Amino acid sequence: MSVLEIKNLHVNVETEQGTREILRGVDLVINEGEIHAIMGPNGSGKSTLAYTIAGHPKYQVVEGEILLDGENVLEMSVDERARAGVFLAMQYPVEIPGVTVTNFLRTAKTAIDGEAPAIRGWIKDVRESMSNLKMDSAFAERNVNEGFSGGEKKRNEILQLELLKPKFAVLDETDSGLDVDALKIVSEGVNRAHANTGLGVLLITHYTRILRYIKPDFVHVFVAGRIAEQGGAELADRLEEEGYDRYQVAESAAEAVPAE
Amino acid sequence: MTSTAMPTAGQHGLVAHSDGAFVPVQTRSERFRSVNVEDFAPITGREHEWKLSPVAAFADLTGGELDGSRLAIETTDASGISFSYIPRDDARIGTAGTPEERASANAWSTFDEALLVSVTGEDEKIAFVTRTGLGDTPRAAHTVIEAAPNSRGFVVLAGTGAARLSENVEIIVGAGASLTVVSLQEWDDEAVHLSSQFARLGRDSFLKHIVVSLGGKVVRVNPSTHLAEQGADIEALGLYFADAGQHLEQQVYVHHDAPHTKSRVTYKGALQGAGARTVWIGDVLIGNAAVGTDSYEQNRNLVLTEGTRADSVPNLEIETGDIEGAGHASATGRFDDEQLFYLMARGIREDEARRLVVRGFLTDIVQKIGSADLEARLTAAIEAELEGR
Ligand SMILES: Nc1ncnc2c1ncn2[C@@H]1O[C@H](COP(=O)(O)OP(=O)(O)O)[C@@H](O)[C@H]1O
Ligand SMILES: [Mg+2]
Repeated sequence: MSVLEIKNLHVNVETEQGTREILRGVDLVINEGEIHAIMGPNGSGKSTLAYTIAGHPKYQVVEGEILLDGENVLEMSVDERARAGVFLAMQYPVEIPGVTVTNFLRTAKTAIDGEAPAIRGWIKDVRESMSNLKMDSAFAERNVNEGFSGGEKKRNEILQLELLKPKFAVLDETDSGLDVDALKIVSEGVNRAHANTGLGVLLITHYTRILRYIKPDFVHVFVAGRIAEQGGAELADRLEEEGYDRYQVAESAAEAVPAE
Repeated sequence: MTSTAMPTAGQHGLVAHSDGAFVPVQTRSERFRSVNVEDFAPITGREHEWKLSPVAAFADLTGGELDGSRLAIETTDASGISFSYIPRDDARIGTAGTPEERASANAWSTFDEALLVSVTGEDEKIAFVTRTGLGDTPRAAHTVIEAAPNSRGFVVLAGTGAARLSENVEIIVGAGASLTVVSLQEWDDEAVHLSSQFARLGRDSFLKHIVVSLGGKVVRVNPSTHLAEQGADIEALGLYFADAGQHLEQQVYVHHDAPHTKSRVTYKGALQGAGARTVWIGDVLIGNAAVGTDSYEQNRNLVLTEGTRADSVPNLEIETGDIEGAGHASATGRFDDEQLFYLMARGIREDEARRLVVRGFLTDIVQKIGSADLEARLTAAIEAELEGR
């Protein structure tokens, strides 16, 4: 039974104006097979949380812990985290000129498994996953994310999720910029990975739309660098109607109180 | 790292200064030329064509006496590509171009005979000429590559081992011919190689000219292409990888001199290690006669470590308004850490991720070479460079 634990996480980022505190004490426990939705307004720190879990060097953890099955994730390099079973589907996937999707997938799979995949089965798996995600087979020979539309980039992220079979996936606004058809296709991919491998999911989103297709076990409202409220799927329905204003008002009121 | 990008010409071959005055650019075709070394003053290193080069490292080639005897070469045979030597007074010599600087003129003044590589027949074929073990005697050489009208061929001019060589290469592309010439520099660490290459393209002919510089202490390959007749088409490609202490330079010149000619210049380089140094100068001149010209040149450099310097200088001169298109791009960038992060977030170790990115950066040049064997060989050579071998 795998578990990803985030304890009292405080994260800073260096900006031109100086150090900024972005995450201000995040606590979260995701068990194998659970789907957690993190919902929050723009700028609340959702991507910062995602990047910090994956180990992006820009984000400095100043306090707190991230544990994967009790192992200290913060001591692992980016690639070690991925090999330990953490996957980040990025909000803005990066273009890699001159590296084909095929070459990239095979290299990543080999790195994660510690050995090259058996060639026949692998080719079949790639084809099948691509066809499930309604990706034209021509994508295999294109360079990673180069000239991909927003929707194609997101499908490519989910393709990797399905093929690399991590224990936990952080999906950073995978729904943004997708039309309804693409949203369904991508959601089905996540649901397949969840059903097939017992994937634990941290689903970061701004809108409730994707939650029609991916059913969360827990919903966390993320405001100003911490979790402001949590509940079940019904909390998402409430957000749908009320938006985030309620929390932000509370937040700015709190900020207005002079420090003691 | 320093990067300079100075497009000197606007749409009319003139530079607008902020005070509104126009300063004419020296037209590239009007540079002084001569086959006689005595016509050039001794080199100071301040001349525009030498100012980015380490001239003290090869004073023997620009000013000293050169050995003009035949070079030791190894050739591979191909039916339709033949090798012979021709005397200095052969009518073909000098038809593709003449020296614009002293090292080139010094070689021209002293070579005994020229190696002639003759391409005939419409079948695809490939031949290699490898110069190897030239030792440390300063040498001069002259090569003429001639593609007969409507012929097709692929010629690789390679260099390995030690060398101190100043040479001229003339490439004569007959009407309707389609020729690829690869100048492949895989010299030893101490080698110096100065090569001026002159191509003249006949009507509706096509030349793919590729400069690959990987080995050598100082390698300066300057290809000039004269698009002399209607419909001539040049694809000029370059790939270089400079390690610590290496100077790799290329001054590329394309002269559009006839209607409806086309040029594509794409040079890419990587720099790694203290003192790795590259220079790319790309001059394109679209002459009066060159209506309907279609031209684009670009240079991209990928900087892998501190302590390197890449100069990148595109120049575009346009003497006719009636063209299809002309553009240039130049960029020197550091290794992109976001690419590294993305690959590592998929479990790929840092060194392998770096290799993937660099290989990816250079691969579009490799893939355009058009010979699977050579592509595989270069891919392996680039891997070796990355590993510092
Ligand atoms: N690398 C960075 N450099 C500077 N500021 C950053 C950086 N990353 C995030 N921030 C700032 O931190 C805040 C949270 O950003 P982010 O985590 O992207 O929020 P979200 O994903 O919820 O929209 C924003 O105000 C953003 O400008
Ligand atoms: Mg975000």
